[in-house]
Amino acid sequence: MNTVKEFALQQTKAQQKSNLAQRHLIENIAFGVLWAAGAVAVLVLIAVVAYVLSEGAQVIDWEFLTTRPKGGLSGEGGMSTTIVATFYLVVLTIIIAAPLGIGAGIYLVEYAGEMQGSSGLQATVVSIIRFGVETLAGVPSIIFGLFGYALFVTTMGFGFSMISAALAGACLVLPVIIRTTEEALLTVPRSYREGSLALGTTQWQTIWKVVLPAALPGVITGIILSVGRIISETAVFYVTLGGSYHMPPSPIFHPKEFLSSGGRTMALHLYYLANDTAAFDKAMGTGAVLVISIVLINLAINYFTNRIDKKLRGL
Amino acid sequence: MTGSAILKTNGFNLYYGSFKALEDINIDIPENQVTAIIGPSGCGKSTFLRTFNRMNDLIPNVKVEGKIKMADQDIFDMDVVELRRRIGMVFQRPNPFPKSIFDNVTYGPRANGLRDRAKLEEIAERSLRGAAIWDEVKDDLNKSGLALSGGQQQRLCIARALAVEPEVILMDEPASALDPIATLRIEELIRSLKEQYTIVIVTHNMQQAARVSDYTAFFYTDESRTGILVEFALTKEIFTNPKDKRTEDYITGRFG
Repeated sequence: MNTVKEFALQQTKAQQKSNLAQRHLIENIAFGVLWAAGAVAVLVLIAVVAYVLSEGAQVIDWEFLTTRPKGGLSGEGGMSTTIVATFYLVVLTIIIAAPLGIGAGIYLVEYAGEMQGSSGLQATVVSIIRFGVETLAGVPSIIFGLFGYALFVTTMGFGFSMISAALAGACLVLPVIIRTTEEALLTVPRSYREGSLALGTTQWQTIWKVVLPAALPGVITGIILSVGRIISETAVFYVTLGGSYHMPPSPIFHPKEFLSSGGRTMALHLYYLANDTAAFDKAMGTGAVLVISIVLINLAINYFTNRIDKKLRGL
Repeated sequence: MTGSAILKTNGFNLYYGSFKALEDINIDIPENQVTAIIGPSGCGKSTFLRTFNRMNDLIPNVKVEGKIKMADQDIFDMDVVELRRRIGMVFQRPNPFPKSIFDNVTYGPRANGLRDRAKLEEIAERSLRGAAIWDEVKDDLNKSGLALSGGQQQRLCIARALAVEPEVILMDEPASALDPIATLRIEELIRSLKEQYTIVIVTHNMQQAARVSDYTAFFYTDESRTGILVEFALTKEIFTNPKDKRTEDYITGRFG
């Protein structure tokens, strides 16, 4: 009896041993495959960025950054006006989109959403809105462009202009801002809200004094993300901003002229250069400036994401 | 019963949707005393506590029946913001805001519109002293409230509640997330606070109820999961001479 038992025990031990070798083998294969996938993905990205930067570096100098494009088929001149136009358009679009998007996000989470314990009809409406926002975030940007063209450029008569482009751009980034605002608010612990309300504060005081400050880094991340979206967008602005490479009028001294002036962002400039001119090197130079801008923006996002962590841990 | 009742509950029922969580609760909370609410998990004692400052308003589908009066005013007719100013709350997990100690304590008075810096400083000191944490934090009121230890955070939250000068302080298992020494300090604090405040404390810990409270309410639930009030009496009575068999079983540790 005893020997039978021992024998059985030895058998299982032997089985386990052979099985262990097999499991190690599978582990190594899985690790190898995943490592290769990761390496290829990173290498491709690095190759793209390195190519654009090295090609661009040949034309980027102070003069390229500070002279205007000369226009025409040769693509001569620099890119100064496009940097300025991009900056103006980004600021104008964010001024329009941020209050709307942040406000909508606050409403959805704090007043209509799970934090308020709503139910029934309101909950259904909120989930429909949320579905709509998520769908809009996935719509191709040219759709927003066509919408902007139909509504702002033609129907409302704004023409190809900063204001048309900013309004259409705001439509494009609104879903981004709403969603990041919602996510930032949802990371704020419920106990903060309860703690504040239990002291006899109104809901708005709770939101303004406790919830928003705690969520601010996340909200700012959403804004910065939108800035990146606007900088790299071409389709929307192609059909709403026109392509004028002239310097836009000053928004402070000539606000009216500024709003109705057309313009050309860096991404649009890149598109025109690559499509209509032979100045491929300058297209690369513009592309390099764009890539550097986006990298800087992502660094900024990292910074703010770290801040929100630290803030919530009390550092 | 000595003294007068500050909160009077009459025929109170509470529902989550169609589920009856509390049935026919009748209890008078005596003023300037510590009242402990004990009972097994899921008997609705925390839910009942959160009724007094209407924190249950934040939960969907909660419906209440019956009356709860504070100084002859029905709390369900009162402005909820004013009600919560008068009935403070300390939560199970310390929940200081991600702000400085000073900003945590003065948060309530500021929300009520007080701007005078000198007055705010006075309130901060008085409240922090009242919560027995002043000596530990007085040198660095600008430190984040989150940088304190768990026990200190909880006392900061008590100070924050004291700063708006409530009449009643509700405590929802205030020491359950703390170590024994921090727990002891909170218990000492509770005993000293009853000079000025009425305290209602929910606790899982029967020794704690026996140590800190003057009155004890025993809540109970059976298979129906509907919570009922079995017995409410002087703490001494409850622990030495319970009238109900279920109370006796619970306090002698036969279940729960």
